[in-house]
Amino acid sequence: MDSAHSAHSHTHAHDHDHDHDHGHDEHHELGFWQKYIFSTDHKVIGVQYGITALLFLFFGFVLMMMMRWQLAYPGHAMPIVGKFLYKILGPSMVGVEPDQMVNGVMVAKGNPGVMMPDLYNSFGAMHGTIMVFLAIVPLAFGAFGNFVTPLQIGAPDMTFPRVNMVSYQFYFWGGVIMLASFFIPGGAAKSGWTSYSPLATVADAHVPNGQTFWIIGMVFLITSSLLGAVNFITTIIQLRAKGLSWMRLPFFVWAQFVTAFLLLLAFPPLEAAGVLQLMDNLLGTSFFLPTGLVVAGQASVVSGGGSPLLWQHLFWFLGHPEVYVLILPAMGIVTEIIANNTRKPIWGYRSMVYAAMVIGFLSFIVWAHHMYLTGMGTRIATFFQTTTMMISIPSVIILTALFISLWGGSIRFNTPMLFALAFLPMFGIGGLTGLPLGFNASDIHLHDTYYVIAHFHYIVAPGTIFGLFAGIYYWYPKITGRFMSETWGKVHFTLSFIFMNLLFMPMFIQGMEGMSRRMYDGGTFYLGTDQVHGLSNWVIGLNRNISMAAWALGLAQIPFIVNFFYSINNGKKITNDNPWGATTLEWQTPTPPPHGNFEKPIEVFRGPYEYSVPGHVTDYTTQNEPDKHSHGNPVRS
Amino acid sequence: MEIPYAVKPRPDTGLYNAKVGIWLFLASEVMLFGALFSSYILLRVGAPAGTWPHHWLNVILGMINTIVLIASSVTVVLSWASLKMGQFGRYRVFQAITLLCALTFMLIKSFEYRDKFNHYEFQLKDGSVVDGHVDWEKTTAKVPKWIPFKLSGEGKIVVEHANVISKYPTTAENHAQLMEGPAPLSKEAKEAEERPEKEIEVSQVKAFSNYGPWHNTYTAIYFTLTGLHALHVVGGAIVIFMIWGPLAGVYRKDPVRYTNRVEVSGLFWHLVDLVWIFLFPVLYLL
Amino acid sequence: MSNSMQHAEHSVAHDDHDHSAEEVRKHVNRYLLIGLALMIGTGLTVWAAFIDFGKFLPGGESVNWNVIVALIIACAKGFLVVGFFMHLISEKKMIYSVLAFTVFFFAALMYLTIWSMEHSNIVHLQQ
Ligand code: HEM
Ligand SMILES: [Cu+2]
Repeated sequence: MDSAHSAHSHTHAHDHDHDHDHGHDEHHELGFWQKYIFSTDHKVIGVQYGITALLFLFFGFVLMMMMRWQLAYPGHAMPIVGKFLYKILGPSMVGVEPDQMVNGVMVAKGNPGVMMPDLYNSFGAMHGTIMVFLAIVPLAFGAFGNFVTPLQIGAPDMTFPRVNMVSYQFYFWGGVIMLASFFIPGGAAKSGWTSYSPLATVADAHVPNGQTFWIIGMVFLITSSLLGAVNFITTIIQLRAKGLSWMRLPFFVWAQFVTAFLLLLAFPPLEAAGVLQLMDNLLGTSFFLPTGLVVAGQASVVSGGGSPLLWQHLFWFLGHPEVYVLILPAMGIVTEIIANNTRKPIWGYRSMVYAAMVIGFLSFIVWAHHMYLTGMGTRIATFFQTTTMMISIPSVIILTALFISLWGGSIRFNTPMLFALAFLPMFGIGGLTGLPLGFNASDIHLHDTYYVIAHFHYIVAPGTIFGLFAGIYYWYPKITGRFMSETWGKVHFTLSFIFMNLLFMPMFIQGMEGMSRRMYDGGTFYLGTDQVHGLSNWVIGLNRNISMAAWALGLAQIPFIVNFFYSINNGKKITNDNPWGATTLEWQTPTPPPHGNFEKPIEVFRGPYEYSVPGHVTDYTTQNEPDKHSHGNPVRS
Repeated sequence: MEIPYAVKPRPDTGLYNAKVGIWLFLASEVMLFGALFSSYILLRVGAPAGTWPHHWLNVILGMINTIVLIASSVTVVLSWASLKMGQFGRYRVFQAITLLCALTFMLIKSFEYRDKFNHYEFQLKDGSVVDGHVDWEKTTAKVPKWIPFKLSGEGKIVVEHANVISKYPTTAENHAQLMEGPAPLSKEAKEAEERPEKEIEVSQVKAFSNYGPWHNTYTAIYFTLTGLHALHVVGGAIVIFMIWGPLAGVYRKDPVRYTNRVEVSGLFWHLVDLVWIFLFPVLYLL
Repeated sequence: MSNSMQHAEHSVAHDDHDHSAEEVRKHVNRYLLIGLALMIGTGLTVWAAFIDFGKFLPGGESVNWNVIVALIIACAKGFLVVGFFMHLISEKKMIYSVLAFTVFFFAALMYLTIWSMEHSNIVHLQQ
């Protein structure tokens, strides 16, 4: 099959004469801009998404590492970056330590670099926003979805390549707007990634402010996601290769399909909410501002009559589906890698597909479990509690199916597989700790504490991010033609796994001890004199351990970063186009795939995970391999 | 490279790509307006009983606009039908009418908006409230039409057909009611004298605003819903115009593709009409 | 089932598979009629807005019949637009399934939001 690749090239594109005027320019040399910046090739767009999102992931992580300093050593100047931040952000954001005096004599001059409350709030809000909307979703959906989905379904590209390009541009400029907001007067948005009103409207006295930028940035990001979602769904419905029926789709494609639906239908209400909050912010309306609002001791001049809870509803109507947008693609990636490295079919493929659909469906009717403490009636609280418990069932089904898939496999423990394997228990911990949050009785104790932080970070950090790392190590050879270093990959994995857990596990304890989230001083204000009143020294002291783990986790990414760049030119070369011996279609193209992907139209004859089929020459049977009885001997590449 | 099913339907789904795409997009639009309608309901049931404004808008203008949009929907579907029957000329005529309808709609809408921006409520220092349209010719003070509503210097303001309410409500409840606009004050309004014109000195004014989005939650949601809808009208009209004019050459080369484009833009246009069908009773009548 | 199909339904079903010139020609009059119906509906809803239905329909003041009537008329008009102008009544299964989800989530968004605000002190129903 390999030799066939070079023989046929682009013979299929010419049967529709009338289409030549529609910009079919793939035979001309494209300029730099068209090739790398405004490309309409899904693979280039996927890589654009990937690189941009990894940069944002890094940036969001840096913000968090600075916040962890403030939590561990409140009031102390930040090392390394403190002076620099003091220069660029000014004294309202970054303060100076008091001089140290002994008997009225100064013994040490205070250093600049203390994180001020406003900066802490800005960093917190932007950490969340960047991680969710600018890092994880673009990486999981934008990058992997774009690069892999059309290949896995045997399509030449997305159905609307130009829309795809526009979608990336919206994402990019949305990110630029978010970043720009750090440098405007008053700094970036400070009201959490959830941007609850009225706080979000009154946090700054002047407009436009960080929140204005946040909303406009969000509108860009939402537009990007909506265009992407339309494109993904249409592509999966319309461009599946011949013979690729729904139940032959790789689970990854299913995960992307459900994800796209979540984005398509859950994002518009947040867009609406964003418009309303923008009106509150700029035009002095009162959608989310109640009558009698008092700000800083002064009656507010707005008309009032609005509802702060309305914002919460519209936000969480997106917010909860969004968490599944974060996790589903990772589940898809992990499934591909587990099938490939156990050399076994996935156990319960069908139930996984149905589970993913049920998750998608139910995730629209659980949102108010984030709002139990807003004083809703007991009956409606019970409704949301019930749906929340129900949604954990399909999650458990997927997890169980993946665990069972491991059973009896001759597992290859390469780097992608290690990350994929670690995903399973990490997601398990995250999911199980969600149950006490879903019951409204226990949530009253746990709501808005570090327990919640630990819960969802277990899902998105050691969960989703491990899944994404697995995907990067797994598809890297497809994109570059070279492997990333296995040794350094394992170092990266081991260290990340250890520090992730050291980082997030203690937060469960802090939360159950009653430490609230979003506290600028790490809870020292509530330091109690005894065990009954306030937080104990020990609980607050955990902040230091956590921060150490966070910085160590940061260092543990250095092997990855170096490996990533070094391997582009120096990694071990692949010897054929299907280096992992995989069954799915993305490995049936040249490496890297040319514009238009497949050299000849592809036809599918079987399901996605036919590994170790008895009697077959190799331990994998690719989806496009014809059945024996119809097409003679199986031909292997 | 050719994207499959860009023009011809895929056999198993029976659809061409753009048709799937536009329906998905419309689904998201439904959720967008759905969220705004939810907000409307919540703000309305959240308002103190009897304070939600009724009949603040001109029903006749709203009705004309409804009919204009319905007419445009008819011409859109007829223009598509004409193309199907190979009558390009008729298609062009119908779609020209559509564009005219869009223009008419926007004109009427802008009259309505202007009316609201010229309608003011002044709270005077003596506790009375003056409500009506400002007569810009006779007014000498500089009255802003936009936030922030602050007066400086001297001069007088002349309000046409002023509705004067002599007692400014002081209790918290009445205050909340006032925030919702003059409708709840109708009892007092009956007692209030109807004067053809009222003059106010700048120095008398304590606070004021016009009936822009900032006035109360009703005007806020009214401007948001109709504003967003108007943006859709403009967007849809631009697309229809582009296909109708600058891109008409595609018809000769690829009539099927061209007809598909008309169909897809038409679907969007019908959605815009659909949204208005709900907006009209909700904002003008109920 | 196809044998017992009425003639009118049959032509719709046929239209479904083939928007041929012949079929489309037959529908032109239908489009005009629907346009007319929509205009009449508009008049109707305006007329209905000025009648106090609470006076002679059950439930009296406690049920806001005017809102119900207006919404019923709007839904009927909406059905005409979506069903015939947008050809939804003869659309493909794929589109139906997408829209079914949308309608469900739309309803959830409306209904659950309002239900959960019912007891909240932000809603001043009692005043
Ligand atoms: C498997 C079943 C799950 C259950 C029962 C569950 C339940 C909950 C509940 C009830 C809360 C609100 C806690 C509070 O604020 O008091 C919450 C918060 C959160 N969950 Fe989950 N969850 C589950 C899975 C997930 C998944 C898969 C993700 C993401 C990938 C996720 C991400 C989040 C996030 C981001 C928050 C915090 C939002 C915030 O307040 O900023 N959860 N979870
Ligand atoms: Cu949730």
